[in-house]
Amino acid sequence: MKIAFTTSGNELAAPLDTRFGRAPRFLIYDLEGETLELVNNQQNLNAAQGAGIQSAGTAARSGAQALVSGHCGPKAFRVLQAAGIRVFYSNTSTVAEALDAYRQGTLVESKTADVDGHWE
Amino acid sequence: MILAVASGKGGTGKTTVSVNLARMLGANVQLLDCDVEEPNAHLFLRAEPNAQTVVTIPVPQVDEGLCDGCGACAEFCEYHAIVCFGPTPLIFAEMCHGCGGCAMVCPHKAITETDKRIGMVETVQAQDITLIQGRLDIGVAMAPPLIRAVKARLQDGIPAILDAPPGTSCPVIATLRSSDFVVLVTEPTPFGLHDLKLAVEMVRELGIPFGVVVNRYGVGDNRVHAFCSEQQIPVLLEIPDDRRIAEACSRGELIVDALPEYRGLFQSLIDKTMHRQKVGIA
Repeated sequence: MKIAFTTSGNELAAPLDTRFGRAPRFLIYDLEGETLELVNNQQNLNAAQGAGIQSAGTAARSGAQALVSGHCGPKAFRVLQAAGIRVFYSNTSTVAEALDAYRQGTLVESKTADVDGHWE
Repeated sequence: MILAVASGKGGTGKTTVSVNLARMLGANVQLLDCDVEEPNAHLFLRAEPNAQTVVTIPVPQVDEGLCDGCGACAEFCEYHAIVCFGPTPLIFAEMCHGCGGCAMVCPHKAITETDKRIGMVETVQAQDITLIQGRLDIGVAMAPPLIRAVKARLQDGIPAILDAPPGTSCPVIATLRSSDFVVLVTEPTPFGLHDLKLAVEMVRELGIPFGVVVNRYGVGDNRVHAFCSEQQIPVLLEIPDDRRIAEACSRGELIVDALPEYRGLFQSLIDKTMHRQKVGIA
């Protein structure tokens, strides 16, 4: 199973980005193969609107079945749900720490967005 | 003649210029408040709306029986108002600009359109001035379709003054398109100059003749004038930094009524813009 982590870096030691829609990239970690790949999410950095929706689309196309990020808004959450991606929130400082927490089962799956949309 | 009053920076005096021009014209005039997120021209006219119309935009709805989840609609939508990762697309109506493209590209005719309310167009009659204003509903972030609905009320043959929203983004472009002349109102401050430059770039891109009005003349410095002279942009009017003007505005009074000595200033702006054929400003 693949997990997507939001990050501004390119390795497990990199910071976990607390933003979902405007995270610069996803680190996709394959739990079985213990391999990682990076997926660019830069197209959203300057998007006037719809960044969360587009970011969720990118996560879905990456093949990830779970997402670990700091926060997620309502529109992005709807897309992630439709794509069958489970959402976990984490406030760890690095991707590696968030991955450990996932493996130890201490991350709790969220059933809702945890922040409001920018216009709501 | 359609005259649009715009600015880069907000709060430079677009509405002040618009309403005083309209009153000074002294004949039938249409005043369009295109700042639909916060229309305020009505504050100076002291009349109640006598007509209100609801404005809607068409947003998609999907017939799940016909949809096979091909995603053509989502691929087409520039605004991410439709995404498709499951059996049927998800629709975010608040992101939709109402272009109708998704329904056109759907190979299974699974998308139809339904009306979503975005705001109102109101008409106010105040003597010679017919004020047409848009009022965007709270929570809606989609000004251009409402601005187009306001402009659709324009009647040919009657001069029109368009009070634009501030800035240089889509709502401003929607306002300025098809106008004959643009007045850019600024103030002689670094912030005013910075945003004036953006507004000048915008109007040049649109290819509409324009000139500058400097409001609160006397504060700040002379860099706005230096910029205009270097760029060969006509400075059409300087409105002095006069406390009495601010006081009149704060009471909702027109400058040309409260301070008649300024009538000549606004008359000269009309001569240089709305009657500009006669004075030869290109």
